[in-house]
Amino acid sequence: MTGKTIAEKILSSKSDTDSRVGDVVICRIDHLIATDGSMPMTIDYFERMAGASIANAENTSVSLDHYSPPPNRITATLHEQIRAFAAKHGMNVFEVGDGIGHQVMMETGRALPGDLVIGADSHTVTYGALNCFATGVGSSDLAAAMIGGRIWLRVPETIKVDLEGATADKVHAKDIVLSLVRTLGADGAAYKSLEFAGSAIAGLDMDARALLANMSVEMGAKCGLFHADGTTEAFLKAHGSDAGQPVAADSDAEYCQTVTVDLSQLEPQIALPHQVHTVVPVSDAPDESIQMVYIGTCAGGRASDLHEALAVLRKAERIAPGVQMIYTPASRGILSQVSKDGSLAEFVAMGGIIQTAGCGSCCGTCGAIPGDGVNVISTANRNFKGRMGNPEASIYLASPMTCAASALRGRIADPREFA
Amino acid sequence: MDTLTIEGRARLFGDDINTDYIISSRRKRDSLDPHVLRQYLFESIDPQFAASVEPGDILVAGENFGCGSAMEVAATVVIGADIKAVLAKSFSRTYYRNAINNGLLPVICDTSGIAEGDRLVVTLGDAFSVRNETSGVGLTAEALSPVVRTIVMAGGLVPCFQNHGGFPDLPST
Ligand code: SF4
Repeated sequence: MTGKTIAEKILSSKSDTDSRVGDVVICRIDHLIATDGSMPMTIDYFERMAGASIANAENTSVSLDHYSPPPNRITATLHEQIRAFAAKHGMNVFEVGDGIGHQVMMETGRALPGDLVIGADSHTVTYGALNCFATGVGSSDLAAAMIGGRIWLRVPETIKVDLEGATADKVHAKDIVLSLVRTLGADGAAYKSLEFAGSAIAGLDMDARALLANMSVEMGAKCGLFHADGTTEAFLKAHGSDAGQPVAADSDAEYCQTVTVDLSQLEPQIALPHQVHTVVPVSDAPDESIQMVYIGTCAGGRASDLHEALAVLRKAERIAPGVQMIYTPASRGILSQVSKDGSLAEFVAMGGIIQTAGCGSCCGTCGAIPGDGVNVISTANRNFKGRMGNPEASIYLASPMTCAASALRGRIADPREFA
Repeated sequence: MDTLTIEGRARLFGDDINTDYIISSRRKRDSLDPHVLRQYLFESIDPQFAASVEPGDILVAGENFGCGSAMEVAATVVIGADIKAVLAKSFSRTYYRNAINNGLLPVICDTSGIAEGDRLVVTLGDAFSVRNETSGVGLTAEALSPVVRTIVMAGGLVPCFQNHGGFPDLPST
C-alpha cells in the first residue's frame, strides 16, 4: 500500500476511516461558513429540511461581505434576516466592514492546519494555504451540513504542483497562478485536490499561498493544499490562533499528475477577457487603454497587494488622467494595517479610491461598477463577462504591480518598465 | 430498481459555461425566486434564450459546465425554467452537487454528436443512458454513486431529508 496525500489523510481522519482516492466518506466538519450571497438560500433550505438547530453553532459563521455595505433596500433587509437567523441559532456573524469571510476565517483561527472547513462559496478553498482541507458547496449542502454537522465527500485524486526556482523582480504569485491556470485549463483540476510542493514554497509568504490556494478553484479544484511550516506557524501566532494539527503527505503518496513550474522562467502574466485561462505574458498583451484599475478581492486585496502596487505607483507623481483606481481591503485588519503604515494615504494621494472592506466590486453586488466599453485591469480571480456587474465591460486579470503600471500609463503596461 | 425518464429537446452550449453566465450574480440582489430569475437565464451569452425556452428542454454542454461560483441559483433557475436535465462532458463539482440536491439531473456523457433541437430521452434505471431519437445514436452516461442516486431518486436533498430524516445511509465500505 502506498502512502497518502494530505487530502486522503484529512478526509480519513475526519471520517474515522482508512480512506483512499475514490471513496465516498461522511466527514465531521470543523467549521462551516456561509456568505450573505449564499445564506438567504441556506436559510430557506434549512427550513424546508425541517432544521431545528445548528449542530455546531459556535463553529458556524456567516460573513456579510458581498453586500458590504448593502447597496439597496432588498440587500439591507436580507442582512437583517441573516442577523436574526444567526442570533436565533447562536451562530457567529462577520459584520459589514469586517471584510471578506475567507480572509477573516484565516485571521481569526477558524481555519487551522488539519481542519475540514465547508463553505457555501467557491473560494472557501483559500484556507488550503493554512493546510486546511477547505472546499466550496452550495446552499443546500451547507444547510444539510448545518443540521447534521457532517457532509459526504468523495476523496479526490491529487495533482502535485512543484514550484522550483526563484521569481525575477516584478514577478508576483499572481503570475505563478495565472501561468498554472493556463497550463491546466479551467477544468484541469476538476474534482481533484492540488498539493503545492517544491523548494520555492519556503519563500512564499502567507499572502502568496492564500492567492494560490484561492485560485485553485479557477482550475476546477476541490481544494488547494499547502504543508504547514514556519510561515504557517508565524501567521497563526501573529493572529493569536493555535497551531492546529498539521498534516503532511507521505513521501510515497500517489499523485495522478505532477506539474512543475520553473519560477525563474516566469514573466508577468495577464488573463484576457472573458476567461481566466486565456493567459499571455504581459509583453504579448494587446495594447489596450485602461479606464479602471481594481486592487481587491479574496485573491488580491491584502496589505501586500497594496504595498506592491505602491512600489510601482511611486515611480510617477499620479495615475494617468481618466483612470479610476480602486482599492478594497480584504479585511478590517488589513485596512487598519495599511492605514497605520501610511500606504492608504499614499494611494489616495496618487488618485486612488478606497471602498469598504469586503467583496467590493468583485462580482457587481456592491461597490463601483465599470461602464459600457470600459477596460478594467484587476487583481481579482475571475473575469467572466458581466462579472463586475456590466457585461459590456472587459476585465483583465494581473498582479498588483501590473495593475499599478497600467494605472500610470492608462494602458496595459509591463511593470518591468518601472524598474 | 426505480427508473427515471426525462425526454426533451436539446439546447446546445459550449465548454466552460460558468455560473455567472447561467445567471448573473447581480440579478440575485433583486430576487432569488427561480420563476423570476428564469427571464434572465443565460442573458450575458444568449439574450434570446430565456424567451425561447420550452418546458422539457434539456441543456447540452461541453466540458466544465457550471464552473466559477458555487451559487445555487445557477441550478434552481434552470429548474425554474422547467428544464429537468443537463448533459455535459463534465461538470464543475459544485454545480454537480447543487444540481443533484435540487432535483436537476446532471448527466455526464459524450455530448459531441448532439445537435441543437435533437429529441433526447434520458433513462436512469439499471443502466444510465441517453438515446438521441433524432440521430438514432445511444450514449452511456457515467454511473451515479449510490448516495447520489438515492438523492436523485428522492427528487433532491430536501425531499431526501424529509423521507430519511437526514442523509440517506451510505453503503458501508
Ligand atoms: S471577493 Fe469576490 S471571489 Fe472573493 S468571496 Fe467575494 S465575491 Fe467571491
